[in-house]
Amino acid sequence: MDLRYSAADELFRSELREWLAAELALLPPAPHRDDWLARRSYDTDWQRRLFGAGYAGLSWPKAYGGQEASPGRQLVFLEETTRARAPYVGVNFVGLLHAGPTIIAEGTDAQKSQHLARILRGEEVWCQGFSEPEAGSDLASLRTRAVRDGDHYVVTGQKMWCSFGQVGDYGELLVRTDPDAPKHKGITWLMLPMDLPGIEVRPLRTVSGSSEFAELFLDEVRVPVECRVGEENDGWRVTNVTLSFERGTAFVSELVDAMRLVEDLAPLVRDPGHRRELGHVTAELDGIWALTKRNVTQAERGVTGRGTFMIKLAYSETRQKLGELSMRVLDREALVIGGPGNFVEERLRTLALTIAAGTSQIQRNILGERLLGLPR
Amino acid sequence: MNFDLSDDQVALRDGIRALLEGKFPMKRVREGFNLDMWEVLASAGVFSLRADGFGWADSAIVYEELGRALIPGPLVWSFGCAVPTGGLLRMDSGPYFVEHLDEIDELHVLGQEGIRSIDAKQISGKANDWPLDPLTPVWRVEELPAGDPFGEADASAELWYGGGVITAAYLVGMADALTTLAVDYAGQRKQFDRPIGSFQAIKHICADMAVRVEVARAATQAAACILDDPGSGNRERSVSGAKLLANEAGIANGRAATQVFGGMGFTWEVDVHLYLKRAWVLDTHFGSIDHLADAVASTHVDLGSSASGNH
Repeated sequence: MDLRYSAADELFRSELREWLAAELALLPPAPHRDDWLARRSYDTDWQRRLFGAGYAGLSWPKAYGGQEASPGRQLVFLEETTRARAPYVGVNFVGLLHAGPTIIAEGTDAQKSQHLARILRGEEVWCQGFSEPEAGSDLASLRTRAVRDGDHYVVTGQKMWCSFGQVGDYGELLVRTDPDAPKHKGITWLMLPMDLPGIEVRPLRTVSGSSEFAELFLDEVRVPVECRVGEENDGWRVTNVTLSFERGTAFVSELVDAMRLVEDLAPLVRDPGHRRELGHVTAELDGIWALTKRNVTQAERGVTGRGTFMIKLAYSETRQKLGELSMRVLDREALVIGGPGNFVEERLRTLALTIAAGTSQIQRNILGERLLGLPR
Repeated sequence: MNFDLSDDQVALRDGIRALLEGKFPMKRVREGFNLDMWEVLASAGVFSLRADGFGWADSAIVYEELGRALIPGPLVWSFGCAVPTGGLLRMDSGPYFVEHLDEIDELHVLGQEGIRSIDAKQISGKANDWPLDPLTPVWRVEELPAGDPFGEADASAELWYGGGVITAAYLVGMADALTTLAVDYAGQRKQFDRPIGSFQAIKHICADMAVRVEVARAATQAAACILDDPGSGNRERSVSGAKLLANEAGIANGRAATQVFGGMGFTWEVDVHLYLKRAWVLDTHFGSIDHLADAVASTHVDLGSSASGNH
């Protein structure tokens, strides 16, 4: 047992560092937060650069254009790109981390050849249509209806928290195809071409004022049957294939970013009580980083360790503490958003961490029931 | 990456766990530490791991098992010693609270300038008849003999960090045992015609216990790896952070298990209080939560105010 990376991974790291230093110097300035067309073009441009250099789809199989890199190498990639302040995966998030892997796991050959390469090259942007106004933590209670009509599903309903809805070419959509079946058994997973008639996208403004989410209104949208991924009424299982991708190395960038925020905050800390809390939060982040290395080691051995199911809960709770501390350190400077370090904006953005992708309460239910074996 | 137990380390863990379960069930543990117990542990090689070629990571694995079994005694101070040895962090003046004075041959006093060793027979103190932890008897000593130099500053630092890591490992083992106790009870105990573990209020307490264990264990084993391979990280930051998380896991899980056990958790009969009390004792060894948080903060290069890294 040790903390070293393999020589091959260290070589990968140094080559990546060199490439990042050269490539990041060529990037145009990042666009305004709410200029979604510019953001799409900026993020997909970055994805094309990654693809050109052989850094796209690290976790994807080689058969679909990916690098099939080991979890350790993926960890190095996320560590280095975050440290170098390379563009975040951004609008490519749903395609690269949800829809793409789902199509790889469950899609037909035609679906694979139509979408996977385009996602990897930054040519196709995906958004997510899972949650609904009445279906949040209880996602399986979703009510958006899809009625079969010949070669089409006719879809009517409303989706919430549609990530990147303003700029998506396709949406991953969960619909109810059998209203009489038990709730988990009547759901189907569809690819929704976002240019179909009957789709209305309304930006949803978050507490931080940002608009990366949208509401989606679907009024008798005719979706071709060939857009179905997996069998009809088997969508819940297909969905769980997708959701599990959020629990691997998905929080590494967040974690590296939080450690950088701690380093940015340290010079501002004068109060001994704040200093002690900074030490506390640092120890927690270091511990979560060590657990990440444990999880990655186990993943390389083909084992999904129990720690894998804990990172999201532990990280998001610690990140909230860091956010509270930064507000108190800033004191009156916290009354203004957009100052150096982005502490206030980060405090607002990270309020979502204990809610999105399974609230902390849902995470604790999962841990209690599936890991500890407590009764439902 | 290679940050998980090797096959040899799994065998080491399973071997010591089986030995402790066989020799020291809770009934025996409740009788407290004595020379017989020390000899069983010594002949199993617990105190001579380093001399026998094992690393700090291996030692942490063994001490986690000692903590899981709640083996009492000056186990960390005796690490690397041939006779039962107690210890104190340097204090400028008495009174001193010396643990296990009746069973130790030597007392090591750890300071930044070095370690001093005092013959335990030369120490006079008053046995306390009501220690916080019934398995950690305490003597109140007004004055300590000067003793003899036992190690230089380097040895003192190694003992500070090494002792911190294996104490952290011991606390992780305790916190894990507490999680098992609480989860088992929550699955069996019924109220309102349901196992109490089916209530989210109880389930979430148990989930948080399990998370504290895994994070603290990873941090502790990472710190142990850094002691074995100093180029792979920052010793001060990793050891201080790991012991902070382990202290917290021990205390918070002790408190959580007490709550899950309800009224039974407040009884002498249920083992939970013995764990919680030991966790409080060990928070005073090799750095308390508050002290360690300051130590971690002081490792930030650009800390705003001048940081004091004293220990």
